[in-house]
Amino acid sequence: MRRIFFIIAMVMAGLCFDPVSCFALSETEEGEGVNVQHIIFEHMLDSYTWHITKVGDKDIAVYLPVILYSNTSGWHVFSSRRLHENGGSYEGFYPAPEDSAHAYKLMEKMPDGSFVRPVDLSLTKMGLAIIINSIILLLLFLPAAKWYRKHRGDTNAVPSKYVSFVEMLVGMVEDGIIKPCIGENYKKFSPYLLTAFFFIFTSNLMSLLPIFPGGVGITANMSITMFLALCTFIAVNVFGSREYWKEILWPDVPTWLKAPVPLMPLIELIGIFTKPIALMIRLFANMLGGHMAMLVLTVLIFIGFSAGAALGGSMTFISVLFNIFMYALELLVAYIQAYVFTLLSAVFIGSAQIHHHKKEVKTTENSEIKEQ
Amino acid sequence: MSLLVPDSGLLFWMLISFGVVFFILAKFAFPVITKSVEERKNYVETSLNSAKEAKETLARVEEDSKAVIAQANKEQGRLLNEAAQQRDKIIAAAKQEAQAEAQKTMEDAKAQIQREKDEALLAVRREMASLSCDIAEKVIRERLSDQQSQMALIDKMLEEVVKEGGAEKWT
Repeated sequence: MRRIFFIIAMVMAGLCFDPVSCFALSETEEGEGVNVQHIIFEHMLDSYTWHITKVGDKDIAVYLPVILYSNTSGWHVFSSRRLHENGGSYEGFYPAPEDSAHAYKLMEKMPDGSFVRPVDLSLTKMGLAIIINSIILLLLFLPAAKWYRKHRGDTNAVPSKYVSFVEMLVGMVEDGIIKPCIGENYKKFSPYLLTAFFFIFTSNLMSLLPIFPGGVGITANMSITMFLALCTFIAVNVFGSREYWKEILWPDVPTWLKAPVPLMPLIELIGIFTKPIALMIRLFANMLGGHMAMLVLTVLIFIGFSAGAALGGSMTFISVLFNIFMYALELLVAYIQAYVFTLLSAVFIGSAQIHHHKKEVKTTENSEIKEQ
Repeated sequence: MSLLVPDSGLLFWMLISFGVVFFILAKFAFPVITKSVEERKNYVETSLNSAKEAKETLARVEEDSKAVIAQANKEQGRLLNEAAQQRDKIIAAAKQEAQAEAQKTMEDAKAQIQREKDEALLAVRREMASLSCDIAEKVIRERLSDQQSQMALIDKMLEEVVKEGGAEKWT
C-alpha cells in the first residue's frame, strides 16, 4: 500500500514538474500554438544546460561546462551560462537547427559561412546524469562491500537491512541471470553484467524521478545504449572460446553452404554484429517510447487548453489517468529492460563460452565408466 | 533523426564514468559481496548437512538404545523365569526333605511309643501277676480252709480257662 502511495506521489510530482517546464516552453512560442515536436525533442535530447524550472522570469538551471575542440581555433572551454546570456551562441559557435542531424548541438561557423561540428566533449545534461547515477551506484554498493570486508570469514555476523537488500539485489542478478546463462565460467563476466544491470536499472529509475538529479533518460539515448552494447560485444567476442569462433567460421552445416561461397560464415559474422545492435536498439527504443508516451500525454493538456477551457479540463483528467498508468508501467519497464539487457548479454556471452565438444566427450566417458 | 546519432562527447563521459564505476565495483564491491554470499551459503549448507547428520545419528542412537532396552527386558524375563524355576525347585526339595524328616521323626516316635508301651505293658503285666498272686494267695488263704472247697475252686477255674480259650493264651 505504501508503495502505491509512493507511485502516486511520484506521478503527481511528475505532473507538477512537467507542466511547469512545458509552460515555459510554450510561452516562448506564444501565438504559434503548441509545438509538440519541439517540446518532446527538448526533453529527449541532450542539452548544454540542465534547466530545472522557471520561477517568475528567473531560470533555475544547472549551467554545465562546454568543452569544444576546433581544428581551426583550438580548445574552447566556457560555462553554458555564456550561451544562455548570448542567445545560444558564443565564441563563433552556433546551435544547429532542430531538424538537422545535430539538433541543438553547437556548430562552428567557418570563415566561408559553412557550419562544421567541432569535437564536443562538453559535460552535458546527460553527462552529468551519468556521473550522478554512477555516484549513486557507488554509494549503493561500496558501504555494503565495506561491511562484508569487515566481517570476512565471520559466518555468524548478521547483515543489516541495507546489506541484506544489496545482497538480495546482487544475488537476484547473479543467481537468476548470470549463473544459469553463462555457466561455469561466469565469474569472469559477473562484475561487468552486475555493473551493467545496476547502471541501467538505476538510470531507468532516475529517469522517472521528475526533479533535478533525475528526470534525464540517459538509457533513452543512443550513445549510452551503444556504449553498453559495445561492452557486451567486447565481452562476447574478445573472451569467446575457440569453439565459438569455429562455429562462426566453419559451422556444422553441409559443406556446400560454406565451401566455395561462405554463405553460413557470412550470416554468422553478420549475426555477431546484429546481436549487440539489437541490444542497443531494444533498450533505447523501449525507454524512449515510454518517456515519449508520458510526454505526449502531458502535452495533451496544453493542446486541450489551446482549444478551449472545457476541452482542456477534460484532457487534463484523461491525461492524469493515463499518466498514472504509464508511470506504473514505466516502473515495470525500468526493471524489465535492465533485466532483458543483462539476460541477453549473459546469453550471448554464455553462447561464446562453449566447450561442448570436449565436454560431451568427457561426459560420455564418465557415463561409460559409471556404467562399467 | 538527431535522436539516432550517437554523440562523441556523451560517449566520452560514459566511457569515463562507466569505466570508473565498473573498475571500482569490480575490484572492491562485487567480488567481496558474491564471495561472502557464497561463503555464507556454503556455511548454511554445511550446517544443514551436519544438522541432518546429527539427526540421523540421534535416530540411530535411539534405535540402538531401544534395541538395548528390548534386549535387557528379554534378559530380565529370562532371569526372572529362571529364578522362579530355581525357587520352585528349592521349595520342592525342601518340602521333600522336610517330609522325609517328619516321616523319620514320626517313625522314631512311633518306635519309641511302641517300646514304652511294651515296657509299660510288661510292667503292668508283671504288677498284675504279682497282684493276682497276692489276691489269689489271700483268697486261697481265706477260702481254702477245707479240702472240699479247695477242690471245687480248682475245678471251676479250670473250667473257666477251658471255656474262654485261655488255655491257648497260657500255653
